[in-house]
Amino acid sequence: MAEVLLQHVTKSFGKIQALADVSMEIPNGSFVVLLGPTGAGKTTTLRLISGLERPETGDIVIGGKSALDLTPAQRDIAMVFQQYSLYPHMTVRDNLAFPLRSPILQTPEDVIKRKIAEVAEMLRISSKLDNKATALSGGEMQRVSIGRALVREPAIYLMDEPLSSLDAKLRAELRVELKSIQANLGATFLYVTHDQIEAMTMATHVGVLDHGRLVQFGSPREIYENPINLYVAGRLGIPRLNVLPVEVFGNAPAKAKSIGLRPEHIVLGRGKAANVTRVERLGDQTRLHLNLNGHDIITLTDVHTRLEPGDPLSIRPRNPLYFDASGARIA
Amino acid sequence: MAEIQIKNLQKRFGSFTAVQSSSFKIEDGEFFMLLGPSGCGKTTTLRMIAGLELPSSGEIYIDGEEVGQKPASKRDIAFVFQMFALYPHMNVRKNLSYPLISQGMPREQVRAKVAEVAGILGIGGILEKPVGGLSGGDRQRVALGRAIVRNPKAFMMDEPLGALDAEFREHMSIELRALHDRMGATTVYVTHDQLEAMQMGDKIVVMNHGVIEQFGKPQDIYDKPATMFVADFIGSPSMNFLRFHGNVEMGAKSIKLQNHKQAIPQMRVPFEGDLALGVRPEHIRLADDGVYRGAVKATEYLGTTQIVTLKTAHGIVKARTASGDVARVGETVGLKFDEKTITIFDNQTGHALRSELNEGVLGHG
Repeated sequence: MAEVLLQHVTKSFGKIQALADVSMEIPNGSFVVLLGPTGAGKTTTLRLISGLERPETGDIVIGGKSALDLTPAQRDIAMVFQQYSLYPHMTVRDNLAFPLRSPILQTPEDVIKRKIAEVAEMLRISSKLDNKATALSGGEMQRVSIGRALVREPAIYLMDEPLSSLDAKLRAELRVELKSIQANLGATFLYVTHDQIEAMTMATHVGVLDHGRLVQFGSPREIYENPINLYVAGRLGIPRLNVLPVEVFGNAPAKAKSIGLRPEHIVLGRGKAANVTRVERLGDQTRLHLNLNGHDIITLTDVHTRLEPGDPLSIRPRNPLYFDASGARIA
Repeated sequence: MAEIQIKNLQKRFGSFTAVQSSSFKIEDGEFFMLLGPSGCGKTTTLRMIAGLELPSSGEIYIDGEEVGQKPASKRDIAFVFQMFALYPHMNVRKNLSYPLISQGMPREQVRAKVAEVAGILGIGGILEKPVGGLSGGDRQRVALGRAIVRNPKAFMMDEPLGALDAEFREHMSIELRALHDRMGATTVYVTHDQLEAMQMGDKIVVMNHGVIEQFGKPQDIYDKPATMFVADFIGSPSMNFLRFHGNVEMGAKSIKLQNHKQAIPQMRVPFEGDLALGVRPEHIRLADDGVYRGAVKATEYLGTTQIVTLKTAHGIVKARTASGDVARVGETVGLKFDEKTITIFDNQTGHALRSELNEGVLGHG
């Protein structure tokens, strides 16, 4: 296990700047999640650390030493891709054993056996160990490819949307499993996703990327409660942050241009008159779609509310987020 | 516009029964969801309503007329598939006009109809564009437009949003539902995504292994699940089941859980045997004076709320609490259940036992 540092790393592909002067510290034993839409630079960051790409400028430091001159194999990293890559002619067991039998590791067979049993148990594939890799469902294949990373003890695990191809239930279970595996091993994880629930629930630190720039780095709670700009504020929160012109409610700090309202920032009762346009009952929560002078707002209400579309309602903000014309947070 | 009724519908493929004796009624103008895991028979049911499969037995009524053995073309139903079937070499206008021209509608009328549908879907500005260059959302709108122009009696949709990424799916599901609210056409929609079903549906049928597990309004199904399968399938995290051997008397208002009395909705049937006490994560509170105890194993921060995973005498229990509530990993905490929301199940059959909570919803005893 090791600490990984990115120092002023820049990378372009032709005219596209994939990463622009990114500096980041991935502490030893941390679970860092990179969050951002397609094209933000998440996967490029992983590929640079793994050695599949070379930065134009800047340095990558793994365990105190610059890794720029090391091959991917020498960097001692384990990578899991979104798309599983297994040896189709081998059994699950041999697929899991393969990295351990490599010339660099040369693990004794009894250790391999124990490791595989442990990992298979964690990932619930014990009964499939003697199946051919091709005889598995997509979800099982993905678990085997996660398992192939977990049998090793590399400096850092790099994971690129490893859960995105799994169904919702399995994803929720593996979220908890992966997190506890990481915590128990004390392993360092760098994990890419655009699923905000994964980011919030698993990360010790979240890095938010926007067009190749690291815009904020902090704990999930800091990112959620104290976003530095409108872009970051919009990345986390379900239902999504409501953004309205500041005039709608008035009473804003100087220079404020827009107001950001999460459900917990909206008080129902007194305030500005709005209309209910839709009541969305999700079981554990009920979302209220409101229209306020032509602006759509989504908030939460009592699960068994009697409100119906067309009902009038008044709302007011409570400790909302304010942003200036450039989108920077001002209060 | 149409009312659709299914009676004892069954479909066998060789020795495999895909749908077993389904009966339900879809009211005129309803947005109706067929929900279940893959292989549960939901798509087969939809295809039978549309006429793409013929039932092995049973009846299908559209506006009172029995159409079970009629071909799809005689049913006046529009089908929207997961992968949008558009004519790639035609522009948007021609894609929309085609179904009408092939019906022999006069050109003037076709023009007017296409303009009307384009207005409803907000695609008036791209009518002359080739479909090849459109964004995913616009392609989706055009595909819907092709279904709408014909003014069919009902729409059948088979996971139309399944191929989209999460963010865009959310956006399209809101748009689709708003479109339905404007047009009011009967829509039958297949999905395996419970959230989508809850979000969009007026009514839901939950299927498993070809059998209807429950049929009703989304909130009723969530609050008053008829079976453990439904309770588990709907909701995230799913309902917790505390399984134990015990008994409850008719009219009982509490049940013995370990060494204390847990209040429950008043029972309408007696029961003795293996049972499961079902309680949803958001109906569990952390409370210092709670007699039921659990050791905190993990917490998952979700912004407004958090999910606390606890180890209890009955296994793993998940609670959803305000993210301000303090729960430290390793500590043992007291838990309190919101007694009005508890469902007791027969753990053998998986069926909910009738109580004050669910008697209005459950069909069986």
